[in-house]
Amino acid sequence: MKPKYFSIPYIVWMGIFVVAPIFFVVVYAFTTADGYPTLQNFAAMSRFTPVFIRSFLLAFISTVICILIGYPVAYILSREGKRVQRLMIMLIVLPMWMNFLLRTYAWMSILENTGLLNRFLAFLGLPALNIINTPTAVVIGMVYNFLPFMILPVYSVIVKIDRSLFEAAQDLGANNFSVFRKVVFPMSLPGVLSGIMMVFVPAVSTFVITQLLGGGMVMMLGDLIEMQFLGTAYNPQLGSAIALVMMFIVIVFMYFVNRFGQSDEKAVGA
Amino acid sequence: MKNTAVSTVVKKPGILGRSYTAFILFFLYAPIFILITFSFNSTRSRSVWTGFTLDWYRSLFLDSSIMNAFYTTLIVAVISAIVATIAGTFAAVGFHSMRRRWRTPLMHINNIPMMNADIATGVSLSLLFISLGMVLRFRLGFGTLLLAHITFNIPYVVLSIMPKLRQLDNNLVDAACDLGCTWIKAFWKVIVPEIMPGIINGLIIAFTLSIDDFVISYFTAGGNVMTLPMQIFAMTRRRISPEINALSTILFLTVLALLIVINIRESKQEEKLHRGEDSRDR
Repeated sequence: MKPKYFSIPYIVWMGIFVVAPIFFVVVYAFTTADGYPTLQNFAAMSRFTPVFIRSFLLAFISTVICILIGYPVAYILSREGKRVQRLMIMLIVLPMWMNFLLRTYAWMSILENTGLLNRFLAFLGLPALNIINTPTAVVIGMVYNFLPFMILPVYSVIVKIDRSLFEAAQDLGANNFSVFRKVVFPMSLPGVLSGIMMVFVPAVSTFVITQLLGGGMVMMLGDLIEMQFLGTAYNPQLGSAIALVMMFIVIVFMYFVNRFGQSDEKAVGA
Repeated sequence: MKNTAVSTVVKKPGILGRSYTAFILFFLYAPIFILITFSFNSTRSRSVWTGFTLDWYRSLFLDSSIMNAFYTTLIVAVISAIVATIAGTFAAVGFHSMRRRWRTPLMHINNIPMMNADIATGVSLSLLFISLGMVLRFRLGFGTLLLAHITFNIPYVVLSIMPKLRQLDNNLVDAACDLGCTWIKAFWKVIVPEIMPGIINGLIIAFTLSIDDFVISYFTAGGNVMTLPMQIFAMTRRRISPEINALSTILFLTVLALLIVINIRESKQEEKLHRGEDSRDR
């Protein structure tokens, strides 16, 4: 037996459990409940346009905030000593190991109207904030849950940059800021790109964060899909169509993000 | 001289940078510590401290639905991690020995469940199971849950083994074959021991992913089987009880202990590696 045949069982497995399910989504999306081919599932989607816009907007905002908050953390960490780096990375990874439902649940008790944040504000004599069940709460939940997914890939790319490049740039007259702008930042872009993917995809498709922190008031694509499969609005055909469109938009988005990254890399190389 | 030059180039972060990271760590940990604190609170309130109690821990262990969900999670995680690790090891070895023309598209398919949104994976698997179930007369339940977990675990195992296979010296396998090993023997005696760190890593990743998964389980487990994350989701929607906090505390401490053990092991291994390099230099 040749070694390459070792993978045959798994290839069959992928055919059944990876490729076939996607095929089923496509078939469901283009059929009626009775099994006739149709486009009505896609036509019916137009009334959900606000949900599509809200999902991509909130996921986009969360991704941008994750970059703005996470990038400096990754950069600062990369300049620490080895021991500190190791400890800090462990501290950043640790919360990720806790179930994300529980992490999101924690924010419920902070943000709710009689929650800890408002009690703290009252203690300071400040007016209460109404955050729970608003898009703000959803964005906070996304940033909190997905921030480590931005910090870690950026950090792992920055750490691998050859230090002698900084030296060379300084020898050629660059100050600290230009070293960062012309060397560190362009070279760290691949890390930012994988961070964007790791934050944006789960953010745009979440239904847990919206249900826990949005209280059903902030409906996103994930909620819409979940409702069609397990909720009151049972309609797997429509759910499949929505899921298909969501996957398609995500793939197009990723394609452009990647192309943007590649053209930038070329510019640096030249 | 050279050392001082390097140290001026890469300055250690200043007080500003360090307080910023400290603030971010506070942001990451404050919610967790709040959860832990209120697991000892004597009333159901989530924001007012009323006194110390361990009652929530007691009622947690007496709650049969939570404990059942916990056992289900553990059984699914153990079985799916072991099956995925075995299947993933064979798959990775097979892929590695293929020509690039075949390997590249297969690796792309392998990566689909990792790149895809969890909800898309969950929904597509549930459609498959429902459709097959109508033909083969089965319903969503423990079996479909297990199949789903194996499916999303294998890609990670493959991915953690592939780099080890790339590092593997192919001459070793040839040498073993020249010395009279059959290919299967060479596989067990040469390849598997060499890629063992990758296999172990894959097993750990698969196990933790399986324990942690909510979305895919939610769509593939049906109405009668519940994993712990599904139970937590149900609890946050129905009755809010500090039992959740008690559960969080236990999970957090378990993970903390695990991570410390792994970290100590890793740093010991690294030290050994460094010592080895030093002696070679001499």
